[in-house]
Amino acid sequence: MPTTEELQRIATQVRRDIIRMINGAASGHPGGSLGVADFLTVLYFEIMRPDPGKFDMDGKDEDLFFLSNGHVCPAWYSVLARYGFFPVPELGTLRKLGSRLQGHPSTFEKLPGVRMASGSLGQGLSVSIGAAIAKKMNGDKRLVYTLCGDGELEEGSNWEALMFAPAKKIDNLIAVIDYNGQQIDGPVDKVMPLGNLRAKFEAFGWEVTEMDGNNIEEVLNVLNRVKSLTGKGKPNVIIMHTHMGSGVDFMTDNHEWHGVPPTNEQAARALSQLQETLGDY
Amino acid sequence: MTQYTNSGSKDTRSGFGEAMLELGRTNPEVVVLCADLTPSMKLEAFAKEFPERFIQTGIAEANMICIASGLTIGGKIPFTGTFANFSTGRVYDQIRQSVAYSEKNVKICASHAGITLGEDGATHQNLEDLGMMKMLPNMTVINPCDFNQTRAATLAVCYHKGPVYLRFGRPKVPNFTPAGQKFEIGKALLFNEGSDVSIFATGHLVWKALEACRMLEEQGISSEVINIHTIKPLDEEAVLASVNKTGCAVTCEEHQMNGGLGDSIAQLLARKYPVPVEMVAVQDTFGESGTPEELMKKFGLDTPDVVSAVKAVLARK
Repeated sequence: MPTTEELQRIATQVRRDIIRMINGAASGHPGGSLGVADFLTVLYFEIMRPDPGKFDMDGKDEDLFFLSNGHVCPAWYSVLARYGFFPVPELGTLRKLGSRLQGHPSTFEKLPGVRMASGSLGQGLSVSIGAAIAKKMNGDKRLVYTLCGDGELEEGSNWEALMFAPAKKIDNLIAVIDYNGQQIDGPVDKVMPLGNLRAKFEAFGWEVTEMDGNNIEEVLNVLNRVKSLTGKGKPNVIIMHTHMGSGVDFMTDNHEWHGVPPTNEQAARALSQLQETLGDY
Repeated sequence: MTQYTNSGSKDTRSGFGEAMLELGRTNPEVVVLCADLTPSMKLEAFAKEFPERFIQTGIAEANMICIASGLTIGGKIPFTGTFANFSTGRVYDQIRQSVAYSEKNVKICASHAGITLGEDGATHQNLEDLGMMKMLPNMTVINPCDFNQTRAATLAVCYHKGPVYLRFGRPKVPNFTPAGQKFEIGKALLFNEGSDVSIFATGHLVWKALEACRMLEEQGISSEVINIHTIKPLDEEAVLASVNKTGCAVTCEEHQMNGGLGDSIAQLLARKYPVPVEMVAVQDTFGESGTPEELMKKFGLDTPDVVSAVKAVLARK
């Protein structure tokens, strides 16, 4: 079991991978990807610990993860590769012709670790509910995790899912909202304020927990605590406060880094802030 | 011509409902989702006998489609049930990304398709669904013609791996295909052999095509009637073989001319064997309130319309 320090080292390498992948592709979404690097690292290396050799679509008797805000896939791809789902050098093919690492996640190219396409927003929460119901029907005690963006909650279909999950007692689901407060056109508070998100979830009947998503120790503790809240009749949501661009000073909390690749010079500056811990691909 | 007898008019949606009950009893992986239309979809019996495998989603079709997609992970075979209008356009993006592109084994079952939905009017009369669904890669599109065929098609799609759009309707229509028939996805059915014209019909228009065939025979015109129950994949071999013999084609469907069966057949013939084609279909307009019979007449989807189309195509041969 990795120590907090080891998890931190992995997350730092994931951030390096994100910068190098997006710079190499000359396109992609660095801001959100950097923000969720810590969460995805902890989720895979400590919480879910899936067996990459046994990956199949059904995922019976293992925890499942669905990425709903597909544009932060560079972080996910890096974590999957570093965890052992596919060769690390393949990260260099992101967004290139013939790659299994599509601009948004896809099952079409059979990339191990991915069970559902995502990118068009507002679908992953419902998909996760379906997978959670299948687990209950199969008597499978493992959990389903999903990550959604905060801006993504503006998609109305999420609110269909938010009504459904408590009504049907989907208590083997942990939804995580990446609350970085930024979206393409600016701060979420200006584009379409979410208001009191905690109160909204609670009013719908969810068990709500908040955490700092860029503090590895807190992510680890909170995920373990929320796991202990499952199976009690209510779905769980974690409002995860993160910083878009976290780990790179000039990208931090700046919505302009939502979907812009760093130039070679900017990438070099970013990498100088991120120590190479596990070896670059 | 081959004689077809109406064994008693029934609605195609009841064929679906009866088959779902059978599937519930024979396949434990089958799960049904419904968006607040359980009686209309004829799913009450399934819901009563298998409450643990019946998921009421409320009026929330986008959520329903994506939940169905998630259910396939873990091996379930989800069937979603709502009207054609809410099964397609309303949830097109969910179907596109989470079902078709993600290659999920979801069966999208759509009742009240077409103009024969009747009195509720154009807001509910979806005449574009076949086009929307056939354009999606990976999607199989089926439109059976009567109760017995709908029942057989429903059983068949359960054992076909991959996304399916299954379309049926509301009104009672003649039930004339054999009970207990085996349904082969993608296989056109020859309902009457003929030599002057090929009539390719789907859904409620198949019975109209057979009636037209009888009238035409009295006038000395020999028509071949082929039932295309699977719009996609199209049985190209059967279409080409028939047209090769007759040299012209009429297509019949309760759907817009744009994007429907006629469009698929014309595209095939233009590429492989160009011949005159006439289409009995809705002409780029919305429907309206009325009884199914009145509407079929008004929108040019009745037996005399098939006869006129045959005469028009023969004149162009």
